[in-house]
Amino acid sequence: MTAYIIRRLLLLPILLFGVTAMIFGMLQFLSPVERSALYVRDIPKNENVVEGIIRRYGFDQPMYVQYWRWLVGFQVADDEFRPGILQGNFGWSRVGTQPVIDLIKVRFPATLELALWSVFPIIGIGLWLGVQAAVHHNGWFDQAARVFSIVGTSFPTFVFGLLVLMIFYANLQWFPPGRVSDWVNQEIFSGSFRQITSLITVDALLNGRFDIFVDAIKHLVLPILTLSYINWATFLRVTRSSMLETLRQEYVTTARAKGLRESDVVNKHARPNALIPITTLAGFQVVGLLGGVVITETVFTYPGIGSAAAAAASQLDVVTTLGFALFNGFVLILANLMVDVIYGFIDPRVRIS
Amino acid sequence: MAQPETASPAPNVLADSINMRKIGRVERFLGPEYYRILRGLLTTPASIAGLFLITLFAFIAIAAPLIAPPLPNQNPYKIPRDGFSPDPKPPMTEWRRLPPPLPFWWKPIMGTDKWVHLMGTASGQWDIFYGVIWGTRTAFWTGILITSVTLLLGVLIGTVSAYYGGLLDNILMRIVDVFLTLPFIMAALILAAVLIPKLGRSVIPTVIALIAFGWMGYSRLVRGDILSVRERDYVLAARVIGVKDSRIMFTHILPNAIFPTLVIASLDVGTYVLSFAALSFLGIGTDIGYADWGQLLSFARSWITSLGTYWYIVVWPGVALVLYVLGWNLLGDALRDVLDPRMRGRS
Repeated sequence: MTAYIIRRLLLLPILLFGVTAMIFGMLQFLSPVERSALYVRDIPKNENVVEGIIRRYGFDQPMYVQYWRWLVGFQVADDEFRPGILQGNFGWSRVGTQPVIDLIKVRFPATLELALWSVFPIIGIGLWLGVQAAVHHNGWFDQAARVFSIVGTSFPTFVFGLLVLMIFYANLQWFPPGRVSDWVNQEIFSGSFRQITSLITVDALLNGRFDIFVDAIKHLVLPILTLSYINWATFLRVTRSSMLETLRQEYVTTARAKGLRESDVVNKHARPNALIPITTLAGFQVVGLLGGVVITETVFTYPGIGSAAAAAASQLDVVTTLGFALFNGFVLILANLMVDVIYGFIDPRVRIS
Repeated sequence: MAQPETASPAPNVLADSINMRKIGRVERFLGPEYYRILRGLLTTPASIAGLFLITLFAFIAIAAPLIAPPLPNQNPYKIPRDGFSPDPKPPMTEWRRLPPPLPFWWKPIMGTDKWVHLMGTASGQWDIFYGVIWGTRTAFWTGILITSVTLLLGVLIGTVSAYYGGLLDNILMRIVDVFLTLPFIMAALILAAVLIPKLGRSVIPTVIALIAFGWMGYSRLVRGDILSVRERDYVLAARVIGVKDSRIMFTHILPNAIFPTLVIASLDVGTYVLSFAALSFLGIGTDIGYADWGQLLSFARSWITSLGTYWYIVVWPGVALVLYVLGWNLLGDALRDVLDPRMRGRS
């Protein structure tokens, strides 16, 4: 186990270097003036200062020097230090008119909240569907699940999202887009609502404000539904085939031969083993949710990381977009590492190979 | 009481046990494996439905200039617009300003010379019917272009990686890991955003971005298959008789290893079209008014509160996109079943 964890940890610096190098490489497409947004807020408009900018921020230095400075910051002048990304300087956001890192701080809790709430329906219902499909192999449930899974993977999130908005918001007025209603926003800005975790649903409960909790949940229903159906399709497939594989094992036959009830055979003997490979999938899907679900957040104008990155990209604010991507990369690398290690604990076969 | 009746069938037992199935011309031409695949595809209801959908869209794409003739002397991929008002107009509204030529089928069916917005107009008076019809062409050529280049790149890197092995293999596979770190759409989004200022708004930046972050799966697949094929006896036999390494690689191993990847990739067309549309929807990609389904759908974003009235700005392009992707997925799903070695000999 230790060897496995060490091997996995050795990959970490490689991935971190790779992702930062990739983002840094993309930054090189920008002109020096545009790149100065990495270090200052007022991007010079004047052509004459370009030379000065290049010299001041060292854009004429060799690539590895620039990369290192971008990473850990550098001394611009004797009395002026510009921090790098490791000190949390992701540059200045033109569209957000604030440092990118502040934008991330505001947006990330929203993404986190959506991800946390989505986990339960995605995993719970997804697993249930897959197990049922396998148990009733080739029955009507299985066929229906199969159709659902193919149609689900073909239905783009943004079309699905627009359709549910059309039905549940435009026609029925049940579930609005966004994160909270205006009156809740006013309450938050007025300061009467204490923000402890920045997760509005949790804060509402901590403040004892059920009306705000209900409002936040109402806004979450449609994005969660959209994220769920698309993940169910994958979950269903993997769970079903894993479960079918397990049900064919001889120890399951033995359990049946002993005269155990079918529900015990399925739930106690087959399912736990069938779920092992699914833990990775579950882990990666949750991690994927954390990475900001660009399209879903954009459709529902949900103010998370993904929609912010998309908005910045559509306005060609490259520094902001890359800042978000970089943060995203860091989160995903760490989360994937955790999933891998947990998986190593669950399934002994992984450690050896 | 001369002969017991049991004696006569004895010589036929062996002949009966051998399958004396007649082998048709098609099967002889394709060989047993490809014949099985083809038969599987033509007998599964799902794949028949998929083939039907793809053929239908291919027909629409080919016949686009007849179904929806574009304005003369204009880029046909540019959707014609009828004014500039932001309010969408419902289906069957009459063309007011600069109507494009009347399609040949309109008069015999409707008996009138007045060309209408068959599916309504989107915000900005872009004609949805033209967008949907010409968007089919965009879907086909972007999908096929992206898939083929991605596949080429992936196979090249995977082959090099498996062939040289050692340090290079390690480096290439770590690069694959790095490219897989960011979610696909997010990665394509940032690369497209970086490329657009350099290359201008068109299909190209999006296509490049999707290719740049799409090849990794194929590389892994090809690499794995090559590594397993490399261990087979016939490769050893070739080596024993002194065949050159490069020849073993490209004429003995690769043709036997590439097939699954090739098939899987050819059916990813639907997925890439979906990603392309998604980027368009997010506002990255084609210039405004270009006939692609994602952009048509993105026009709906400013009308979310009144989608009940303006349903047609979502439904038409949405249906086209869903059916197109569904067609490829149905076919792909059936093909994956047929190709699954565990299914061999069952049908």
